[in-house]
Amino acid sequence: MSVDVDAAGQRTPAGGGDQGPSPLGNVPPLIVTGVSKIYANRGRRDKAVTAVDNVSFTIASGAAVGLVGASGSGKSTLAKMITGTERPTSGSIHFGEFAVDRLRPGRRRKFHSRVQMVFQDPYGALNPLHTVEYTLMRPCENFLHMSGQEARQRVHELLETVGLTPPTQYAAKLPHQLSGGQRQRVVIAHALACNPELIVADEPASMLDVSLRADVLKLLATLREERGLSLLYITHDLLSARVVTDEILVLNKGKVVEQGPTKQVLQHPRDSYTVQLLNAVATPFAIAPAPDAPDEELTAGAPAEPAP
Amino acid sequence: MALLEARGVSVTYEPARGVRIWSVRDVDVTLEEGEFVGLVGESGCGKTTLGFALTRMLRPPARLDSGTITFDGVDVGTLDGEALRRQRRNGFALVLQSGMNALNPVRTVEHHLGDILKAHARAGEKLPAAAIRRRGAELLDMVRLDPAVLHRFPHELSGGMRQRVAIALALALEPRFIVFDEPTTALDVIVQGAVMQTIKDLQRDKGFTAMLISHDLGVVFEATSRVMVMYAGRIVEDQPSKELLHGAHHPYTEALLNCYADPRADEVRIDGIPGNPPDLSVSISGCPFEPRCPLAEEICVEKDPLLSPLGRGTAACHVRTRASRPPVEVRSVR
Repeated sequence: MSVDVDAAGQRTPAGGGDQGPSPLGNVPPLIVTGVSKIYANRGRRDKAVTAVDNVSFTIASGAAVGLVGASGSGKSTLAKMITGTERPTSGSIHFGEFAVDRLRPGRRRKFHSRVQMVFQDPYGALNPLHTVEYTLMRPCENFLHMSGQEARQRVHELLETVGLTPPTQYAAKLPHQLSGGQRQRVVIAHALACNPELIVADEPASMLDVSLRADVLKLLATLREERGLSLLYITHDLLSARVVTDEILVLNKGKVVEQGPTKQVLQHPRDSYTVQLLNAVATPFAIAPAPDAPDEELTAGAPAEPAP
Repeated sequence: MALLEARGVSVTYEPARGVRIWSVRDVDVTLEEGEFVGLVGESGCGKTTLGFALTRMLRPPARLDSGTITFDGVDVGTLDGEALRRQRRNGFALVLQSGMNALNPVRTVEHHLGDILKAHARAGEKLPAAAIRRRGAELLDMVRLDPAVLHRFPHELSGGMRQRVAIALALALEPRFIVFDEPTTALDVIVQGAVMQTIKDLQRDKGFTAMLISHDLGVVFEATSRVMVMYAGRIVEDQPSKELLHGAHHPYTEALLNCYADPRADEVRIDGIPGNPPDLSVSISGCPFEPRCPLAEEICVEKDPLLSPLGRGTAACHVRTRASRPPVEVRSVR
């Protein structure tokens, strides 16, 4: 099958891509330099909120980086800037030939064929009136300019890739006929449709049952391995971050407070906020708190919670 | 005597159109006064439905099909109307997962608290505004909120604060039994930890009986002394929390525990549970977990296992029950 791949230039055609390993080749690194985002409050400078504060990091080709932190730490704002849906107030974001921080509308489409997002809520991400097949055909037609016939073929391959087999059984279904885990797989297939090089996954497993969490995480890990794509994984679940990522950044109030190899950061946290996050994780296997863990904020109640 | 005793409780959902679902199937629950138990299981296993059944909160199309529920010696399963309302006033409360969204956006916190106090005021009892305010401040203090929150509207509060208000509402009538249905699921980890700590403290100080429903074993293990594991509308294991930590007896509980690991460990591995829970709209023969069970044998397909003593509690598993029994000596006769 011939596929128009001008979006990515050097990439391999999509056709055979789903059966076996299909390294994307040269996935460019994502380079984030000194990015800040300040939300002005109706023009009042004194009430401005600094959501992200001077954050720099790099996702090397094919690496998986985790972004962890509690609500309001700026994780999602950073993700929005990386995917080009928000503009940073200052700083720059580069992905290959794209200057993401000042992406022109005309380039946006091209950029999005290479960077895709997976969101938290698989119930909200799928149009309830469209079948799985229709949902997955759209990016094939829009980004890869496939004919209906080709797109339909590709939908079947995608469904197989994400483990929804046999594909014929799932293609005609509507979202409400699928379980939460299956829906999230469809969302992942949708993100994969245009052969992206970077996937930004914002809490992809947090709304799923624990029994399904492992499968979705394994799917992400496998896809990364087989396709060589880079992954930015955003979560407050340290366990899943440990399973999926090689490196993590701990964000607190928009600032990176700790950064390093995932295992090392979790085993030997240096920042008190990281310790606090680790202690807040309820695992069946009680974690012994670090001796110097400041846990008064955890029990103090209301003051520890940020205002809405 | 136990505070709450439910025997053979079955709940079905019977919509006017569509299929009938057997959500809770022949469940026994005994809760001692002052006990804090957990109820865990995957989505759709019937844990919320059971919690609703115990507090008589079921609404059509859900229906208590069979079984008796005795609360403090009173058969509450058959109560309705004014009698049920009076029983609620003296007895039980429910904190919901979306409790934080259950607040009326155009009413202050004080109005919510006053509403409950007035609705359940005893006949002839006078409730001046000052008394409501005093009681309101007292309740907010219990859930570690500033009394100033009384005059706030829900949108002025964070998610964690709203859930604390929901807990204060549940405490307003000093219930003896509270069901917490996923009270922290919508909150982030740090706030979740703080809210759970408040719930634990309150339970210890007030001594009410509590049931914590959650799919998160971590949260449940930290708070409760006994855990019931539910699968496909049944209780499949019931053990002291500590016993489960050292090893589950039912393969389903074991599989659930394998979904967790300590993120600080040297090697981290988490497993899922293959397959899906059974369809509850058809009757199930044999063990409901059999299709997903690594230990399944022939008998599991044929016979539904009953809860039987295992470990320091009970579990419903043919294989594990047999393995725990001392082997029967067979003397061969010649």
